Amino acid sequence: MLFRMAALVNGVALLVVVVFITLKGWKAVTWDFLTQAPLESMTKGGILPCIVGTLCLGIGAIVVALPIGVASAIYLNEYARPGRLLRLIRLGISNLAGVPSVVFGLFGLAFFVIWMKMGESIIAGVLTLAALTLPVIIGSSEEALKSVPNTYREASLALGATRWQTIYRVVIPAALPGILTGAILGLSRAAGETAPIMFTAAVFYTPNLPASPFDKIMALPYHIYVLATAGTNIEATRPLQYGTALVLIALVLGMNLTAIIWRARLRKRMK
Amino acid sequence: MRIFFFSVALASIAILFMIMIFLFMEGIPIFKKVTITDFIFGKYWYPTSSPPDFGIFPLIVASIAVTIVSSVISIPLGVMTAIYLAELAHKKVAEIVKPIVELLAALPSVVIGFFGMVVVAPFLQETFGIPTGLNLFNAALMLSFMSVPTICSLSEDAIYSVPVALKEGSLALGATHWETLIRVILPASISGISTAVILGMSRAIGETMVVLMVAGGAAMIPASLFDPVRPMPASIAAEMGESPFRGDHYYALFATGIVLFLFTMLFNVIADHVAHKYRQAGEASL
Repeated sequence: MLFRMAALVNGVALLVVVVFITLKGWKAVTWDFLTQAPLESMTKGGILPCIVGTLCLGIGAIVVALPIGVASAIYLNEYARPGRLLRLIRLGISNLAGVPSVVFGLFGLAFFVIWMKMGESIIAGVLTLAALTLPVIIGSSEEALKSVPNTYREASLALGATRWQTIYRVVIPAALPGILTGAILGLSRAAGETAPIMFTAAVFYTPNLPASPFDKIMALPYHIYVLATAGTNIEATRPLQYGTALVLIALVLGMNLTAIIWRARLRKRMK
Repeated sequence: MRIFFFSVALASIAILFMIMIFLFMEGIPIFKKVTITDFIFGKYWYPTSSPPDFGIFPLIVASIAVTIVSSVISIPLGVMTAIYLAELAHKKVAEIVKPIVELLAALPSVVIGFFGMVVVAPFLQETFGIPTGLNLFNAALMLSFMSVPTICSLSEDAIYSVPVALKEGSLALGATHWETLIRVILPASISGISTAVILGMSRAIGETMVVLMVAGGAAMIPASLFDPVRPMPASIAAEMGESPFRGDHYYALFATGIVLFLFTMLFNVIADHVAHKYRQAGEASL
């Protein structure tokens, strides 16, 4: 009974947040809101630059992190032999996963923005977010590789294929849907993060859509934070804040739901 | 090929080292102005007054306080949900609850912080008649909903990995389902659950947007649950934008980042140690 209550609390918490934001925000989300730039020092108008910015950052981060993450997972699952070295690599990955998001922000600022002289830019934000999503991608790719039955590998090796041919022609195709699910989860994680982009890519306000990777941009999470804490008129822009929050959770939860449903189907098929 | 994949797999460790190197590079210079002891145990954080005070003790206390208070909520909630999912719930129910927990984990932190600001803060202020709803308790409450999913899903894995033979053995001896759960399954999965709890706490101490938006921002040592506080991540995020480039304030914020990083690193190393040292190796180890 008590335990069921505990489980229920989670559901209620999620429901309360989502329903509240939806009820308060849906009136603000109009076609103009989605397709216009902010107007009159962000007290009116829309959030198009933020949506574009968030998509640029999220997709960019995945494009960078996916190949590295999948290759790492291939090493861990297909090549590595148990031992001290493997344990060290795993410890490194779990520690990277535990690094606070604001520390990623500091790192991005010190390394990409200042040391690599990228300045506050999309590229600096993308690389910072890629470092942050890497452990997520490695974890889900490894799970996908693990779920490929060993008989597939053995059959391929028995036919005379080399280890690399087996991985490339048999294991990766079989694991691909699982890997892509992980990519969606990573994308949604990157899209929702605020602290890592505060010092590396995001600005208060820019009317222009990004034209080059060295532009600064607006992003949905940062826009919510700015409007809610430092906007020109915090109370008057509440509807805009709810609207922006609604767009962000719709984007993030939508991607997650897609990934969850897709994965559930995959698991059924694997059985 | 093996070498190629091996070198890519080292990327994570390389990034981790780079993070350390750059944090230290930008943070160490502050210790020319302030001694490490004064920095960590200094009670006053007035980085912009003249002369400035760079004592992060109130920030450290705030971080520890929100983490502990949030664990008081998130540990029972997370572990109990995990037990429910792994042992008690019908399969169909579990199939619905699990995605809910995952979606809870996916909620962007800025949205949770926003919710804490516009809903929970006014509610607390009115209910308890306190000067501000943006305080330690609110931050801890919001944080707990961010660490519950971590604690829950990792604990659930730990409970699942208890060998079926143990459970069946206990039931065969005449123990009830409840006795089996308390006496056999939980002891067998306690190392996994501990790991889950530590990682959940590590997530809470490092979480930024929630404490930035709802903790209240006062850099003082809290005397009550409803005092506003300024945990380390909040201080870094709020002040970085306005601190002069490579000035003392800037160095001090990076040094705060080092302390925060070391905290989470410690949590992770302990979690890893617990997971390996007290791993339930097989049926024989009970």
